[in-house]
Amino acid sequence: MDNTTAAPRFLDYAPAPESTSVLHLKPSYGLFINGEFTDGHGSPFTTISPATEQVIAEIATANTADVDAAVSAARRAYDRTWSKLSGADRGKYLFRIARLVQERARELAVAESLDNGKPIKESRDVDVPLVAAWFFYYAGWADKLDYAGLGPNPRALGVAAQVIPWNFPLLMLAWKIAPALAAGNTVVIKPAETTPLTALIFAEILQQADLPAGVVNIITGAGETGEALVNHPDINKVAFTGSTAVGRAIAKSVAGTGKKVTLELGGKAANIVFDDAPIDQAVEGIINGIFFNQGHVCCAGSRLLVQESIHDEVIDRLKSRMSTLRLGDPLDKNTDIGAINSREQLDRIRELSNVGEAEGAERWSAPCDIPDKGFWFAPTIFTNVSTSSRIAREEIFGPVLSVLTFRTPAEAVAKANNTPYGLSAGIWSDKGSKILAVADKLRAGVIWANTFNKFDPSSPFGGYKESGYGREGGRHGLAAYLESAGWASPAASITKGARK
Amino acid sequence: MTRLTVPKTYKLYIGGKFPRSESGRTYEVTTAKGVFLANASLASRKDARDAVVAARAAVSGWSGATAYNRGQVLYRIAELLEGRRDQFVDELVSSESISKSEATRQVDTSIDAWVWYAGWADKYVQVAGNANPVSGPYFNLSTPEPTGVVAIVAPQSGDSLLGLVSVIAPAILSGNTVVVIANQNSPLSAVSLSEVLATSDVPGGVVNILTGSPAEITPWLASHADVNALDLAGAESIEWIDLQIAAADTLKRVLPPVTGVPAPSLERIVALTETKTVWHTKAMI
Repeated sequence: MDNTTAAPRFLDYAPAPESTSVLHLKPSYGLFINGEFTDGHGSPFTTISPATEQVIAEIATANTADVDAAVSAARRAYDRTWSKLSGADRGKYLFRIARLVQERARELAVAESLDNGKPIKESRDVDVPLVAAWFFYYAGWADKLDYAGLGPNPRALGVAAQVIPWNFPLLMLAWKIAPALAAGNTVVIKPAETTPLTALIFAEILQQADLPAGVVNIITGAGETGEALVNHPDINKVAFTGSTAVGRAIAKSVAGTGKKVTLELGGKAANIVFDDAPIDQAVEGIINGIFFNQGHVCCAGSRLLVQESIHDEVIDRLKSRMSTLRLGDPLDKNTDIGAINSREQLDRIRELSNVGEAEGAERWSAPCDIPDKGFWFAPTIFTNVSTSSRIAREEIFGPVLSVLTFRTPAEAVAKANNTPYGLSAGIWSDKGSKILAVADKLRAGVIWANTFNKFDPSSPFGGYKESGYGREGGRHGLAAYLESAGWASPAASITKGARK
Repeated sequence: MTRLTVPKTYKLYIGGKFPRSESGRTYEVTTAKGVFLANASLASRKDARDAVVAARAAVSGWSGATAYNRGQVLYRIAELLEGRRDQFVDELVSSESISKSEATRQVDTSIDAWVWYAGWADKYVQVAGNANPVSGPYFNLSTPEPTGVVAIVAPQSGDSLLGLVSVIAPAILSGNTVVVIANQNSPLSAVSLSEVLATSDVPGGVVNILTGSPAEITPWLASHADVNALDLAGAESIEWIDLQIAAADTLKRVLPPVTGVPAPSLERIVALTETKTVWHTKAMI
């Protein structure tokens, strides 16, 4: 018998790369201020593909003078144009933007995967469709603000400063811009240093939509640019998504200024699997919870809490499923796990994983070929993790899952809540009454029961405790960009005549 | 021959009990004309921390009570305040040096505020929450929940009793527990209110009242890692920006100072809540 022929590997797929011919990239990009691309006055930088380390384009850096120019363009647009438009017309611009995003969806998806490293199936099927949905949803709110729950005639805040992260570059832009514009604010937004590309293509979409100049200004740069923006005296609102450390610094810097703030920060979500869970779905949910977007997700289910009686079975099935994950070219339609966004982030993931091992947890990584160039990290789980271990407490922001066990629902709740974060959580069980009771007790802003990592423009998203404050999405997300003009409440009469 | 009166000892209210300050300190409370009224407890950092421990311990039971139950407890406070109306009027007349009619109006308004807020306990969730029509087979519901432990600086000027009620009621109706620093110069009605709270089915630890100096005590509460929100209603005259900066270390929710007594409002209720959104799959049938 001839044993020399190797059996084909399970799920060995031929390469199926998405074409980049749909892109029309420029070699260099300026700042988008007052409706036009202009030069930045800081030192320009390059944005690279994290999968190949190849340069994609040169990007301008906004210095403080550029930040001033962007804020004054936004102020002018607010005073002269945007605040004078009817809600219906504001809405029409947002509807236009939604349609243009749909029309250029494939281009945006390819650019996003190229610049960020996320699999094309995610940028194509999740990020970009949600971007269009976000604009479509908030477009309809623009002429219905009286129904937003803030009483009659709620007022826009003015100029919003928005700083967004690199994990969902265009989607985070949509989360920020759509509600701000619907509510009647104008915007200066800064995309992340490693992922500015889709924001700059989005600027072209704004030109196609003929959005009045200055209503949206997009400035690029690193942390200093963002700092100058949020500390600018002529802004009325700060919206930030990113790390808890930076969020804390922003909360301090705006103290006493009266600027309204929304912070979407870190997380260390518990994904709780009870012994009566539908195990196949739960395993898929665990995979999606931690390996979606390489685990670069603030609401990732990074702490698996599995009931002790089914621990071994769940881990076996999880390892088996992880072995089928395909890591590689983000532009390949079969890719499940793309590239880590930057060398810096890869270093952090490696460091924390090494700490996990040093602290006694057992490490297991899926067997997969790591490309020679670019930044990659194999899907990894840690078992025997203690609650005090750093990998059970700190946000790794990578494809690394920490597994802990529990015996009773009360213990699961206690362990799930044993964190300063409180962004999201997952519950897996076929028993509805148990799910609702546990959901009541979890201190987290978004809870997924028998599902995970679901997002929708109508659904508020945001954290408890040190995961930040304010909500994005839904009616609540709109309220973050509005000020009540006061309720005509009969209660006002209670204090009539009260001494001031 | 006139009867010799029996003056009250004014103490703190922590965890449902009436301790003196652990520091043993007191401060003199007088009328506007300087006539001695009482020695109030001058609360210390340790008292503030004890109050946070008591407040945290009470969160689970109080936030877990039904909204109907919390509404009835708040209404019960109004009932008992009504029963001791004359006592509060007399106390306000002497401590705030106001006329009997002004004091009466303040007590009545305070009672009515409790009634107004009591009615919100089982309604604010309906007004501030909603179902979300997500595009997919999911049940999706957003509801506000209490933030947790709220530290409050009660209004320091104007009506001392009404000021206190106007910050405590909107915080606790949703299930929060509070540590509140009373009006420094007119603390007596706050202590008397705690006697009302202690006998009106409010579980111990839900409301903790400290008398003393907001400038001294608030920084310890602003930086306390087990406090979830900071209501600076009465902090206008102290270094409140530093307090907001200290609160940012644990990303507390911060309500800014207000001038005078905050009017009753739904916004004040909702500002001390967190919106939780729960998704659940629907079967494909």
